[in-house]
Amino acid sequence: MTSGVGDPPGATPAGGEAAAKGGLWRLALGVFVQHRAALFGVGIVAFMALFSFLGPVFYHTDQVHTNLSRANLPPSAAHPLGTDDVGYDILGRLMLGGQTSLEVGFAAALVATGIGTLWGAIAGFTGGFLDGFMMRIVDGIIAIPTLFLLLYLSTVFQPNTLLLILVIGLVAWLGPARLVRGEALTLRTLEYVDAVRMMGGTRRRIVGRHVIPNTIGTIMVNTTFQIADAILIVAALSFLGLGPPAPATNWGAMLSNGVNYSYAGYWWLIYPPGLAIVLTVTAFNFIGDALRDAFEQRLQRR
Amino acid sequence: MTFYLIRRVGQAFVVVVIVSIVTFILSRLLPGEPARAILGLQASPVQIEAFRQARGYDEPLIVQYGMYVDRLLHGDFGFSYKENETVAALVAQRLPPTVLLVGLSVVVAVILAVPLGMLQATRRNRPIDYGLTGASFVFYSMPSFWLGLLLITLFAVYLDVLPAGAPQGSMSSVLAEPAGLVLPVMTLALVTLAEFSRYMRSSTLDNLGEGYVSTARAKGASERRVLYHHVLRNALVPIVTLLGLRLPAILNGALITEGVFNYPGIGRLFWQATQSQDYDVLLGVTLIVAVGTVAGSLIADVSYAVLDPRVRYVQPR
Repeated sequence: MTSGVGDPPGATPAGGEAAAKGGLWRLALGVFVQHRAALFGVGIVAFMALFSFLGPVFYHTDQVHTNLSRANLPPSAAHPLGTDDVGYDILGRLMLGGQTSLEVGFAAALVATGIGTLWGAIAGFTGGFLDGFMMRIVDGIIAIPTLFLLLYLSTVFQPNTLLLILVIGLVAWLGPARLVRGEALTLRTLEYVDAVRMMGGTRRRIVGRHVIPNTIGTIMVNTTFQIADAILIVAALSFLGLGPPAPATNWGAMLSNGVNYSYAGYWWLIYPPGLAIVLTVTAFNFIGDALRDAFEQRLQRR
Repeated sequence: MTFYLIRRVGQAFVVVVIVSIVTFILSRLLPGEPARAILGLQASPVQIEAFRQARGYDEPLIVQYGMYVDRLLHGDFGFSYKENETVAALVAQRLPPTVLLVGLSVVVAVILAVPLGMLQATRRNRPIDYGLTGASFVFYSMPSFWLGLLLITLFAVYLDVLPAGAPQGSMSSVLAEPAGLVLPVMTLALVTLAEFSRYMRSSTLDNLGEGYVSTARAKGASERRVLYHHVLRNALVPIVTLLGLRLPAILNGALITEGVFNYPGIGRLFWQATQSQDYDVLLGVTLIVAVGTVAGSLIADVSYAVLDPRVRYVQPR
């Protein structure tokens, strides 16, 4: 560990104490206490989730009926963030849009991580021909830039929100598959895997109970980045006109609708959803970075 | 080196074959009658039947795939009934502007990312490092269409120094009006830059901890010489791999950028095809873009092996 070179003897390098005491969850907890950026990230994510899902309970707005007589009103006491081009209250709409953005982000990342982990663990653990075969499939699909594949699938299926989650998940599982396969390749040479095998443990048991749990660090880090990417992908799809269909909205759809009015000076249509996206995506990236630092420290100790 | 080259080219070939299988499967996902979906609602039954015969839709799947590959090898990527033009001709017209856009943006991004990343590494955990890290996070987290539109608002509307859209038509009109390229290139470069400078920062930090840096310092080399003569060269090498790895992501960015600036490239062609449900164009462009990224990562890997001889001797597992 390079950071410890100049430290006085006996000093524990940053993060070392939590890692030394073991426990994965304890380690993750230690990360958030030590990394201010990660703490900030968790704070933002918690705030956005509460705002989007609990906000509407306290702040009632009509997000169903358009009202053109109240369109594009600047922020006022009645509408703290103004109204949009069809008269929806923007603060209320931000909550509604946040629900979709966060839901799709989380769910798509979980689908992608689930498929990718299983695929990578099986390929890496089995090795040989099957590994080569499975990983060439990954290579083939990864060569197609995500957005092109997604746009094609969205054009064919015209997905609703649920289907969109599946489609994004089905496109995004390749990264985790590669990562987990790499870890599984290392893990299968370790002694305790031999021990399980000697005790008569089946392959399914080894992959399910030993390989996957040991890659959980890598998986968690990757999931965090996947959520951030999925939120951006939904925004990009909305801009290209292939996002979740109305009446559902999301921050990306609000933003791409708002930028039509850049020249009219209706800044309240643009900055609230734009900042919500930037803050949330940055928050997830901060969390991912901090988690990765922590797990890498742990790996170096092994 | 020869062995490495042969193995790597062989791998790339296998990947291209798999890409063609994937696009073939994608073409079979079309709902209902594929001939109807591709030819449009106005097509007569005779046309539909002729199309079915030509594509071999009545044959078994494996034969259909064989026919598909055969068509691809003859340069037939399909026909756009919406544009009344072969997909190959459309792509030939729209690909050069995209190559120009992506190439320029990558060059700009690398030229800026290298000094920025090194600056951050040498000022690690000081205000300038935090500031630049924060900025790169913001650019990375920003939907690229918003970034593009902010640049338009700033440079084309308020300052009125640059055109808001790209010139229309083919490659020659793009080259005739280089000012129209500035904002699209800037947008794509800023998105790419964020990631590259972070990578350069950690690559420089890794190298600063290496033994050869201590040796150079012990010999009495100035910090400047250590940095520019020793560290820079070594830290640059991984950037080559990053380029190959990030090519698909850069092409995603190009798709959005071309949409924002109405830039006459392959990304906008693709986007327009999603609007008109022009499936042959979608599939043809997908295949060509994928083959392009495979070629890109092949070139990146081979250059990496040229730059870093250790790679050539590493055997798989």
